Amino acid sequence: MAKKVALLQGNEACAHGALYAGCNFFGGYPITPSTEVAEVLSNELPKFGGKFIQMEDEIGAMASIIGASLTGAKALTASSGPGISLKQELIGYACIAEVPCVIISVMRGGPSTGMPTGPGQSDVMQAKWGTHGDHATIALAPASVQEIFTETVRAFNLAEKYRMPVQVVYDEIVGHMRERIEFPEPGDLEIINRAKPTVGPDKYKPYDTSFGDVPPLAAYGTGYRYHVTGLNKAQDGFPTTKAEYVDAEERRQIRKVEGEVARVDIEKYEEYLTDDATILLFAYGSTSRSARYAVNELRKEGIKVGLFRPITLWPFPEKRIAALGKQVKAIIVPELNLGQMNLEVERVVKGACPVISIGRVDGEPINPGQIIAQVKEVK
Amino acid sequence: MSKRFEIRFSGAGGQGLITAGIILAEAAAIIEGKHAVQSQSYGPEARGGASKSEVIISDSPIDYPKATVVDACLAMTQESADKYANGIKKGGVLLIDSDFVKNEPKGDFKVYKMPIMRTAKDEIGREIVANVVALGAMIALTDAVSREAGEKAVLARVPEAFLDLNKKAYNLGFEKVKALLK
Repeated sequence: MAKKVALLQGNEACAHGALYAGCNFFGGYPITPSTEVAEVLSNELPKFGGKFIQMEDEIGAMASIIGASLTGAKALTASSGPGISLKQELIGYACIAEVPCVIISVMRGGPSTGMPTGPGQSDVMQAKWGTHGDHATIALAPASVQEIFTETVRAFNLAEKYRMPVQVVYDEIVGHMRERIEFPEPGDLEIINRAKPTVGPDKYKPYDTSFGDVPPLAAYGTGYRYHVTGLNKAQDGFPTTKAEYVDAEERRQIRKVEGEVARVDIEKYEEYLTDDATILLFAYGSTSRSARYAVNELRKEGIKVGLFRPITLWPFPEKRIAALGKQVKAIIVPELNLGQMNLEVERVVKGACPVISIGRVDGEPINPGQIIAQVKEVK
Repeated sequence: MSKRFEIRFSGAGGQGLITAGIILAEAAAIIEGKHAVQSQSYGPEARGGASKSEVIISDSPIDYPKATVVDACLAMTQESADKYANGIKKGGVLLIDSDFVKNEPKGDFKVYKMPIMRTAKDEIGREIVANVVALGAMIALTDAVSREAGEKAVLARVPEAFLDLNKKAYNLGFEKVKALLK
């Protein structure tokens, strides 16, 4: 049977991906260029008893999805740079309390109100570090309407599996452009739900690591009562300052994402003509589309250039980038900011090859011509 | 059409040119099964200002989603003509609303003129369908999609009560331009 197809905006595909993943709660506050995510869900969620709430601000919205998730809901919020700034305190809370939830960050210019209707990619470090304290981050960076759908589904899966907030970050261009999308049928994509307790309420501890690095999470309202706090806590959820608990918990919460096995599970990227490449482009989101166009044009002239496109932005694909850094003469990083991921590539490459930033922050996309010119200069 | 074909609709915010772009992309991507990307840029204002909507159509997957060299451009206002009628490729086409664009953009492209708003107002009776008149005109001018696919896409988008109105608007725009081309 032919699949259902439509011409959708990236933001609309995000909302439909969330529904496919089982999202049944949205708490948000409107902001360009993310508002269509909320708009679609405000129509769709009530149809099956899901909840949509527009809160008094972005802080309240973040709080609402943490609360909803603790009752077992699959909860989502969507915002843009300035709104994500407001959510940061509670993103840290979701990290330490280990509450699964998904945050959509549609990037415009910045800082502050910046250029609301223009595209940007300057919130990728905000996704990584946008809350205080040591913490692990999962952030996904789709580059097409179809991929926004599938990566939103994956974001829910990773949030549930690793019991933590997951961000999906994409720029205004992919958020607002329309492309053909094929809707996956139920069962086409894997859906992961959080591990539930296998012990009764009397034995349950919310951070019981005897079950592994990701302890099962009980839903409020199902007979389990436990303590949730932003303080460092012991296995029973109550605050502690005992050095051995605090240290072990902090390390576990980072290990569960950045450990070897988890990285293999979470990291995702696409390579295009990198096998024989002597120059590498590193690009994500809409900019990766300009880069791919540039690769095709340059290959026609016999220039051996390839593209590395991270789909998981955080954790950063360190091993592969380090290896590519040894293979190529230079890595060029075009992005709609003044060199944020460029720094990360540099850190990982450790001087094995020059890393060159193409930054643009005037509200216009980086076009293929700009990238082609830079490649020719390096060659 | 084996390579990229790029069409830009430009005018004032609120004239429905983003919708015109969406309908064209639907005709290409859903009805004709090609690859199509529609994107837009606009200022912070809801109405007025210069707005543009771009559609890229191709037989193969589309990488860069914005226009590079525009094959065909529509300009409904002087401001949009000044701002967006650049980057039309050599041998490309520009359609202007001749009542509003008095200062004709110059370049290596062919300019077609039609009083689009007036046509919608006088011959259909509703200015609001000027975007659909323009869409019919652009499809006639470019053959970006078939006439039938364009009409089907228009009718799939509009409420039932306005089907006839939009069908008339689309075909009027189409035929007026075909007459110009003769």
